[in-house]
Amino acid sequence: MVGIVGYGSHIPRYRIRVEEIAKVWGADAPSYKKGLGLNEKSVPAPDEDCATLAVNASRNALRRANIDPKQIGAVYVGSESHPYAVKPTGTIVSEALGACPFVHTADLEFACKAGTEGMFIALHLVKSGVVQYALAVGADTSQGAPGDALEFSAAAGAAAFIMGSKNLAAELLDTHCYMTDTPDFWRREHAYYPEHGGRFTGKPAYEKHLFSATAGMLEKAKLKPEDISYVIFHQPNGKFPVNAAQKLGFKEPQYKLGLLCPTLGNTYSGSSPMGLAATLDAAEADRLILLVSYGSGAGSDAFIFRTTEKLLEIRDMAPKTRKQLDEHKQYIEYGTYAKFRRKILRAE
Amino acid sequence: MAMHVARNWRETPERYRMEAAKCKKCSAIHFPARLICPECQGREFATVRLSGKGELATFTIIRIAPTGFGDLVPYAVGIVKMDEGIHVMAQIVDCNPEELKIGDRVVSQFRRINQEGKNGMILYGYKFVPDLGL
Repeated sequence: MVGIVGYGSHIPRYRIRVEEIAKVWGADAPSYKKGLGLNEKSVPAPDEDCATLAVNASRNALRRANIDPKQIGAVYVGSESHPYAVKPTGTIVSEALGACPFVHTADLEFACKAGTEGMFIALHLVKSGVVQYALAVGADTSQGAPGDALEFSAAAGAAAFIMGSKNLAAELLDTHCYMTDTPDFWRREHAYYPEHGGRFTGKPAYEKHLFSATAGMLEKAKLKPEDISYVIFHQPNGKFPVNAAQKLGFKEPQYKLGLLCPTLGNTYSGSSPMGLAATLDAAEADRLILLVSYGSGAGSDAFIFRTTEKLLEIRDMAPKTRKQLDEHKQYIEYGTYAKFRRKILRAE
Repeated sequence: MAMHVARNWRETPERYRMEAAKCKKCSAIHFPARLICPECQGREFATVRLSGKGELATFTIIRIAPTGFGDLVPYAVGIVKMDEGIHVMAQIVDCNPEELKIGDRVVSQFRRINQEGKNGMILYGYKFVPDLGL
């Protein structure tokens, strides 16, 4: 049996409200809040990037796993905002944790699915017996062009999971994937901001892949929606995952623990992994969790975990996700946000 | 801007992991590491990792920043008395500097320190944030 032995998240301190962004671009804030199911989003400080978020989340995962970092045999960092175009984020994370030098490391990229890609590889690498422990991180400081609808949701955060085969906080029951080549969102080489297909990102992209992965996962595991205690879907906004849950036969008590987007925004590669971290923070033991990511381009990874009594022992050993989200925040105005995100630059 | 790749790389253990040297003779902890213990002149050390937790011993607020730090002003630079008893100087971030007080509990976080120009190395290391008991 393999699964999660430690998990952690990291959320920047700064937030910007939808009203603050709408005010600058002459947009109707109530319409955006209703349309996106979103009130505010996290903003990284100028000294935070994908690597710092990944390290801080991984340190929290290490606290809960309570293992020697030298035992970690693989480190995978999924992101679409790696700080270097050429030079791995994974080596920075491995070095900061103390996992170097006997570690396999790779950076992954698949729009918002890169975090669960790392989880998929880490779990199956441990299952194969190649490594004792593997770390998977989803981290992003996502970008939305000024005035674009994405600017209301593109946020920052990270979640990290240490996978192992003993002392499991959550056992993996099974995984399932669903991929096609669907061009709903992309960023070309050297482009600073991504482009997207507007409404094309909905039914043919998010819904088709996420719904198919969910249905396939449940069928493979011979489970029904009512057998699942907690469900986490990718959260590009607050509306898509709730609609998806309702259409797929899940109810609010099943998805509310992991639904962070209304006050966090879309943390891209960190999105559904952070929802899983928030769920683990509060889940009961011996319950089933369904996690389904979505990444544009496009595809979904699905996982079913069963929580254990060990989870209750380790969850208080590091900062909880919901606490970081609700209690550790400072609101900023658009000018500060624009400076933090380098949308306006000081003369050199 | 001149690049100092090798020098920065050599400082990775202390910047990334807060690794200190503990004298095997008198147990004094030195950060950054030393070759000779100033307490007992011992030359053998064990590598220990600082907890990252401490108390703000003193601080100042920077309003006119050196190159590369201009976007952060006003920001605090403080001396933190670590729980291990030694003092470490670093930026104190994620706070309103005007609200900081000597004696505040702080914890270390991994942050970007600076970068060697637009195309150069990004330098990472420790900074401190208020310990909110999260």
